[in-house]
Amino acid sequence: MSSYTSLTRVLTTLSHKEPDRVPFFLLVTMHGAKELGVTIKEYFSKAENVVEGQTRLREKYRHDCIYSFFYAPVETEAFGGEVIYHDDCPPNSGMPIISSEKDIKNLVAPNVYDTKCLLKVLKATEMLKGRTGDDAPLIGVVMSPFSLPVMQMGFDKYLEIIYERPDLFDLLMKINEDFCVQWANAQIEAGATAICYFDPLSSPTVTDRKIFLKTGFEIAKRTIAQIKGPVATHLASGRCLPIIDDLVKTGTAVVGTSAMEDISLLKNSCRGKLTVLGNLNGIEMRRWTSDQAEEIVKNTLAGAGHGGGFILSDNHGEIPWQVPDNVLMAISDAVHKWGVYPLDWVEDYYSSV
Amino acid sequence: MKKLIDNFINALQSMDRLAVKRHIEELSGEHKPLWLIENLIAPALTALGEGWERGDVALSQVYMSGRICEELVDSILPPADNERKNQPPMAITVLEDYHMLGKRIVYSVLRAGGFELTDYGRLSTDELVDRINSDKPEVVLISVLMLPSALKIGKVKENINTSTKIIAGGAPFIFDNDLGKEVGVDEVGKNASDAIDILNKLSRVSS
Repeated sequence: MSSYTSLTRVLTTLSHKEPDRVPFFLLVTMHGAKELGVTIKEYFSKAENVVEGQTRLREKYRHDCIYSFFYAPVETEAFGGEVIYHDDCPPNSGMPIISSEKDIKNLVAPNVYDTKCLLKVLKATEMLKGRTGDDAPLIGVVMSPFSLPVMQMGFDKYLEIIYERPDLFDLLMKINEDFCVQWANAQIEAGATAICYFDPLSSPTVTDRKIFLKTGFEIAKRTIAQIKGPVATHLASGRCLPIIDDLVKTGTAVVGTSAMEDISLLKNSCRGKLTVLGNLNGIEMRRWTSDQAEEIVKNTLAGAGHGGGFILSDNHGEIPWQVPDNVLMAISDAVHKWGVYPLDWVEDYYSSV
Repeated sequence: MKKLIDNFINALQSMDRLAVKRHIEELSGEHKPLWLIENLIAPALTALGEGWERGDVALSQVYMSGRICEELVDSILPPADNERKNQPPMAITVLEDYHMLGKRIVYSVLRAGGFELTDYGRLSTDELVDRINSDKPEVVLISVLMLPSALKIGKVKENINTSTKIIAGGAPFIFDNDLGKEVGVDEVGKNASDAIDILNKLSRVSS
């Protein structure tokens, strides 16, 4: 019987040492609704549902974190935006709340403690902390100030102001940064162990490095410095290899990696500097057989497991609704079987493939 | 020519509108607009799209380049100009989900490549089926970001009563190479400029 808890397992890998087993973050959100037999909309309507869903999912799949993330548009909802629910995918944001220059100039950030949808997340965080204690890390989530405007104003309009209206861009970032810091710290205060800073816009998949260094990079440095807890940066399926050293300078401890990049290259690039989180392909996952799931997990562990500094997870930060339970179970079984340190099977594995 | 295209790409990647315009002005004395589109603008956008697929170019650069070229092409070859490509009726849409950037990029890139197409905006599965059955376009390009939206393309294919070719693109198709076959689309675009190649291929087949 291991003396490690999920929390100590994760803390050990974050210090780039090998714990008893490779930590495993199954970032499931909507699957909690399946467990409770309710619709996605109903599931996210009450903190109690998410608390029960996360608890059941961790018992079932034996993963190493609790994820207090509800849905991506919760922040735009807090700013007054609409959330659109579906029965088979995560809630989407509706019409942008910013449609003109005037809207940016008049934009006021919500107070976290006066905003119903955010209070619901904080209530869930407090309850989850009460249930989990120090057994597992509780991961809170913020959308980065740099990436939030995709939902606030639409992707195309936002790209245009990044390139063509630096005055409006700076104004919007100031509002979003203040809000993001307040929101992250409220979650830490409610019991979150760490904050996942979702920042897909900073990925070189979306923004070229030259622009990133003037925008998302500086914003992340300022914002992360004010968050009173450890931060993991997630680029939500976007590539990160060309900006690993930049990400290190933002003060983050972990990077969520893309299935489009080679896990062993990522690990080598991050070794001793950042813990790698990833990079199972969440889209393909729904059609994996149990054998395929085991093989892919083995391959991922072989590429990135050695020496700690690695957490097995999906590449997007949210498992699609369509991924069946048997695949999730096969992934979990595989990491519990093959992720036990030392990974002395890896040498034979490489010589056999 | 390669040097001209490379210089044009550099101007686009730097968002240098003046340099982009200067390149076109320098060549417009000796070449017709359609030549410029086919030999300079479309190859440059194709190279940027392929660069994005490899991870060398950012999506924001593809988008802004498409927008700049779209404006430019509209100025040198207005939509009603007789020299515009003789092309089959086609349309573009976002199916079910609310992420419009992919459609906007492909729309710009195609218009910058001299194509004209109807923008259906965002439609539900049933709305798209009705629209295709009534308009009978030869080609419909469908952009999606969410996996469930991609899976609904199969329903569109099942329920249309026309011979419309369906071209799909978006993140789910990039992360799952077998998805296009699963939902039964005619072609999959892995980057925005793939649409130009696919449309050229389809028009060669139909002619």
